[in-house]
Amino acid sequence: MNAATVIFFILASLLVISSLMVVFLRRVVHCAIALVTALLLMAILFVSLQAPMVGVLQVMVYAGAIMVLFLFVIMFLNPSALEQPSAAWWGLAVVLSALLGACLVPLFSHYEPGDNPVTSTELFGSPEVLAKSLFGEFVLPFEIASVLLLVAIVGAVVLAKREHASDGAA
Amino acid sequence: MVPLNYYLILSAIVFAIGVVGVLIRRNLIVVLMSIELMLNAVNLTFIAFARQLGSMAGQVAVFFVLSVAAAEAVIGLAIIISVFRHRRTLDPQEMQLLKW
Repeated sequence: MNAATVIFFILASLLVISSLMVVFLRRVVHCAIALVTALLLMAILFVSLQAPMVGVLQVMVYAGAIMVLFLFVIMFLNPSALEQPSAAWWGLAVVLSALLGACLVPLFSHYEPGDNPVTSTELFGSPEVLAKSLFGEFVLPFEIASVLLLVAIVGAVVLAKREHASDGAA
Repeated sequence: MVPLNYYLILSAIVFAIGVVGVLIRRNLIVVLMSIELMLNAVNLTFIAFARQLGSMAGQVAVFFVLSVAAAEAVIGLAIIISVFRHRRTLDPQEMQLLKW
């Protein structure tokens, strides 16, 4: 077992623990902090998988922007004051999800990658290569994603805007 | 080098944990956080296969998943604020107006 594997197991166990904390902690702010931890660990895993650009994007978009948004909403609504006990059928849900995991794990552990070797050049995963792929082969999905983000901005403003004289028009 | 299977198993475990969160929590914000967790587990699968197959398409797919997740979080939180303003609750079991 070499050093990379040891580091992977440390990161993986921390990731699983922080994911469990997201799901099972009572207070919502603690869940948010655990989610930040999980996202940062995921970014480290991305960097270890030769995807440094995606790791940086993960830190900026997820652990930065999205989590600030979550914390803002938590701060506005103060949801821990009205925390309910978990759903009555939570045992069934846990069993079903464990079943899902038990189905997925053997499926993945039997995956044979074939003879395709890992082509790891120095440039693989760099911003340059990612940008060439993004603006060359995938330029149409990129433009569609920009339209999607515009729609999301307008939709969020319309949804969260305080209604004035309009009664019931959400 | 860490084998591909380890990453796939890790992402399966994280995905299952996210499913648990969506199913058992009665707080819409935590449900949204669990969805983000599931999206991230799928991202890990994409990145692992991108390295294994030596193709940049997996990393580009993660880029698109990131932008869709950002849009989804923004719209979801706006809906949560709007619902909370009307109903004074974040419990998804209280929101059954469209239940048949």
